[in-house]
Amino acid sequence: MGFLEWATSPWGQSVPIHIAWFLIWVAVIAGFLFFLGHATYLRYFAKPREFAGSISPAVAARIPDRVPRHSLAARLFHWIMAASMFVLLFTAFLPKVGVQFNWVTYHWIAGTVLTASILFHIIHASFFLDFWAIWPDRIDVRDAWRRMVRAAGKPEPPPDRFAKYPLENKLYHGAIIAAGLSAIITGVFMMSRVRTVFFPRNPYLFSDMTWGMMYVLHGLAGVGLIALIMVHIYFGLRPEKRPITKSMIFGWMSRDFYLEEHDPNRWVVATPSSSSSPPSTSSPSSSPSASRGLEGRGLTDAG
Amino acid sequence: MAVIRDVMAAFELFQPTSVADAQKLLAQHGPDAWVLAGGLDSFDWLKDRIKKPKAVVDLSGIEELRGVRATGNNASDGVEIGAMTTLTEVVNHPIIKQKYGLLAQAAEVVASPQIRNQGTLGGNVSQDTRCWYYRSGWPCYRAGGNICYADTPEGRNREHAILHADRCVAVNPSDSAPALIALDAKFVIRTRKGERVVDAEDYFIGPDIDITRLHILQPGDLLTAIRIPSTWAGAQFYFEKIRDRNVWDFPLMNVASAMVTSGDRIDRIRISVNGAAARPLRLKAVEDAVLGKPRNAATGEMAGRVAVDGAVPLQFNAYKIPLMRNLVKRAIVRPEAGVEEATWAS
Repeated sequence: MGFLEWATSPWGQSVPIHIAWFLIWVAVIAGFLFFLGHATYLRYFAKPREFAGSISPAVAARIPDRVPRHSLAARLFHWIMAASMFVLLFTAFLPKVGVQFNWVTYHWIAGTVLTASILFHIIHASFFLDFWAIWPDRIDVRDAWRRMVRAAGKPEPPPDRFAKYPLENKLYHGAIIAAGLSAIITGVFMMSRVRTVFFPRNPYLFSDMTWGMMYVLHGLAGVGLIALIMVHIYFGLRPEKRPITKSMIFGWMSRDFYLEEHDPNRWVVATPSSSSSPPSTSSPSSSPSASRGLEGRGLTDAG
Repeated sequence: MAVIRDVMAAFELFQPTSVADAQKLLAQHGPDAWVLAGGLDSFDWLKDRIKKPKAVVDLSGIEELRGVRATGNNASDGVEIGAMTTLTEVVNHPIIKQKYGLLAQAAEVVASPQIRNQGTLGGNVSQDTRCWYYRSGWPCYRAGGNICYADTPEGRNREHAILHADRCVAVNPSDSAPALIALDAKFVIRTRKGERVVDAEDYFIGPDIDITRLHILQPGDLLTAIRIPSTWAGAQFYFEKIRDRNVWDFPLMNVASAMVTSGDRIDRIRISVNGAAARPLRLKAVEDAVLGKPRNAATGEMAGRVAVDGAVPLQFNAYKIPLMRNLVKRAIVRPEAGVEEATWAS
């Protein structure tokens, strides 16, 4: 049983034609195993979360009750992308597991919506949002190391609070970019093989081998997205992550959650009295007592 | 591509004598099993070594799948035709000839007398497409691949679809299928869950639903019989098949209609064409459009235009659009009213 399906082209060349469809189930099972592993780790093994330093009362006092996190445009993008992604996954894979329906038209229309929304997102994030906020920085890497060492029971200073996005968010975003762009770019080319309103059909745009690799990459990205989206939904539903999920609906998160999780120096929230200089935290002590107040809230290093 | 002909790959041959046994064998072998009826489609695949099933279940020994019988005691009841009834038996059966002459006409123009002696009604409606790219073993959509070799600027697609193409442009080659749709036949299928009866038009599927099959049969399913209700018994029938060689060929297109009239008005009609799409098409829009109208040239002209609405020709099959218009017109208009033919120039 191979991971790819091969065929012999009219010229006698052995070419890949698509992924083996059992990989759909591999992705689904991998997603469920991740849920199990992560939930088990959090429930039985994870240590209480600790952060370095504490936020001074003066800084805390300047944080509004509702901390704006996602603009309306960003939220609309997210949900349009989510809807189109679901349509894409269901139309792609349901027929492969025995649910037969006319899927191709819905699939390329959803793909077009996704492509348009991604283009919007790239422009919006590049010119109207803090472009670098979603990319890992040196502090993220340092803190990831600290968290791993501490999780192993060895001494290491506690990590800083997060910037706007935790490292896990940033890594997930990177994985979605890789899988999503792979699916979109190959999908745009594949649209030249079906009848759409966009291109004249040209199935001979590439050689059989190149087409085969394109279908394989599209399929791998697709099954990868199954697992990634399962993981995304899992985190969106976890109790300790719900404030983040709610912020994607309402646009804001609570002051308490912000102060627990985020570093006002790394994610500067515009307030009426401090629009120019970032707020300061008190001594960046690594003392566990610095964030004692967070213990008992179910927040852990693994979140 | 080297194709080895005349020497079939080895398979295990099963010859059950009952439907129950056949079903057990099909369940046992799942997708590895091949159902053999008359063998006229099957042996092409097997000898060309394009299909290499591990098990072949030959239905020719199952008596209960043969014959034409009335479905009730009343003269107004319909008939049930066993799926393994040969086309010659269908053509010559007195009830079929007398009441359902449309099916007799359609079955009589299938291939050659020798083939009709061996070919079965179930096999005729369940046979695979004749697209030569697919039948040559090329890795097209229908074969599980990712391309249609016929739907390209250079593709040889003179016989292919003008309607409802979705990636694959192959057409259904059955002559009896449109006649059965026009007669409102029901197909009886034995599945693992029991017996299922579907309308003739729902037995066939296009590439939009499943690009690898022309009908709804899943591995393990068996078409056992075709029931024709008396609804259209003795109606006015029209069947015409257009083919390259009149002695023996698959249809470029065919049309079948059953009609009941009051005077000159069309009271009821069912009309179907095949060779235009991957499934035989019941032309519901045409039926609705001509209902209550006189059987004259104007109605025929209008019906022809409605029939080809949405047709998209390929590089070499644009002739099928006027062909379909003309066939539909002829199926509706009284012969004496005359039909002004649509024309096509290459």
